[in-house]
Amino acid sequence: MTANDTRVEAAATGSRATRLLGASVLVGALALILLGFFGAPEDDEQRDAVRMIFVHVPSAFLTYAAFLTTAAGSAMWLWRRSRWWDIVAHSAAEIGVIFCGLTLFTGSVWGRPTWNTYWDWGDVRLVTTLILLLIMVGYLALRSAGGDEDAVATRASVVGLLAAVNLPIINRSVEWWADRTLHQKSSLTDGNLEDLTLFTLVVGIVVWALFFIWAMVHRFRIGWLEHQLASIDLDLALVQRRAEATDDATNDPTEGVNEEANL
Amino acid sequence: MLADVCLVAGKDLRIEWRSRVTTSQVVPFALTVLVLFGFALDANRGVLNAATSGLFWLTVLFVTVVAVARSTAIETTDGARRALLLAGIEPSAVFFGKAIAVAVQILAVEVLMVGGVLVFYGATVESLPLLLATCVVATAGIAASGTLLGALVAGVRARETVLPILLLPVLAPVLIAASRAFDDALGVLAVDGWAWLGLLGIFGVVNAALGTSAYGRLLEET
Repeated sequence: MTANDTRVEAAATGSRATRLLGASVLVGALALILLGFFGAPEDDEQRDAVRMIFVHVPSAFLTYAAFLTTAAGSAMWLWRRSRWWDIVAHSAAEIGVIFCGLTLFTGSVWGRPTWNTYWDWGDVRLVTTLILLLIMVGYLALRSAGGDEDAVATRASVVGLLAAVNLPIINRSVEWWADRTLHQKSSLTDGNLEDLTLFTLVVGIVVWALFFIWAMVHRFRIGWLEHQLASIDLDLALVQRRAEATDDATNDPTEGVNEEANL
Repeated sequence: MLADVCLVAGKDLRIEWRSRVTTSQVVPFALTVLVLFGFALDANRGVLNAATSGLFWLTVLFVTVVAVARSTAIETTDGARRALLLAGIEPSAVFFGKAIAVAVQILAVEVLMVGGVLVFYGATVESLPLLLATCVVATAGIAASGTLLGALVAGVRARETVLPILLLPVLAPVLIAASRAFDDALGVLAVDGWAWLGLLGIFGVVNAALGTSAYGRLLEET
């Protein structure tokens, strides 16, 4: 193995465990597709549109999980100044934004045949979820604006905690504003789902959760490598400055002056 | 603590008074936005009247972005933030002082804007106490949130673009609640404006609490 190969292996984000996890996600996704399209029965009212919940509900669950992880990571950064937690918060925020966008997209697609509209401004859960997405897009914009690593982490942590205030409001909105929502109460606990539909929904949540963990591990490792690279760059710059300073000290500063005087 | 709050608020307001930025730039900006909304809605009195509350508070949010950017710029130029830290004033006092200064400026602009919507949009006031209470409570929440996020983006290179991206979604609940309370105060919609006022109060308290706990950290580290 050459030195180059060693460097490539050290910079990889995969491992035997993540490959196994990735394979499980693929198998689970295949099972979900089969169950979702061919196993679970049609709904009496929603017809085939009910199958959208196998993607929509797990996405919503994972949105909560991701942004709660961001909030926890943010709090840990502010409390313990732990770089590990800061990278966890950042990784979860990026994945959470994707899940949140997917939740809104699948919700809109499902809403058209079911509620006869893609979007309803009167629905508190829809609007608060959109606000959460916009705040988290701002969080990522703040992260990407750059600057000192610690300062960026502190700024982002405050926004991460601010965004988390929205989570209980979104979750409870269907109860608090029961007259201002088209959403039904919890699909898992309201007892209206057929057994196989409920089973498929649980499979969907498990597959999505495994995908979240897989994506988190890879994104975290990328973040950790970026952090190490920044540290290496700083160390390298320090070594170069020290070398320049040593070179200047060993050269006779009067050498050039004497030559000019002789001329 | 109270003396320090007054000191910081007084300092910011004196700077604003001497530079005349609010009167010469922010007020014309707010009135221009109100007039442009009129053009955009084809000067239709019925539509404008129905949308008055939303347009009013949307304009307030735009004004807030300008006022907060200005408040942040005062501290970022010439290393004034460091001087503020070295002055030995409690960070929470700095936070409340700056928030009060921003709130006073926004309230001054709102007074003129209320006149603007009465004249341009044909709005009528049905409940003056609710209208005044909404202005005060909503502005307090807006100023608290704006001051916190202003400190947050103070050290960011592209703060002019990052501030609105962060501030406007965070203030979206204020836009919703204050618009509904105004709908009641202006007699546009039959809603319970006082209940929405309670929501605005909660928003203000949450942001003031966050600002009190995080402002010092932001001043020192960013």
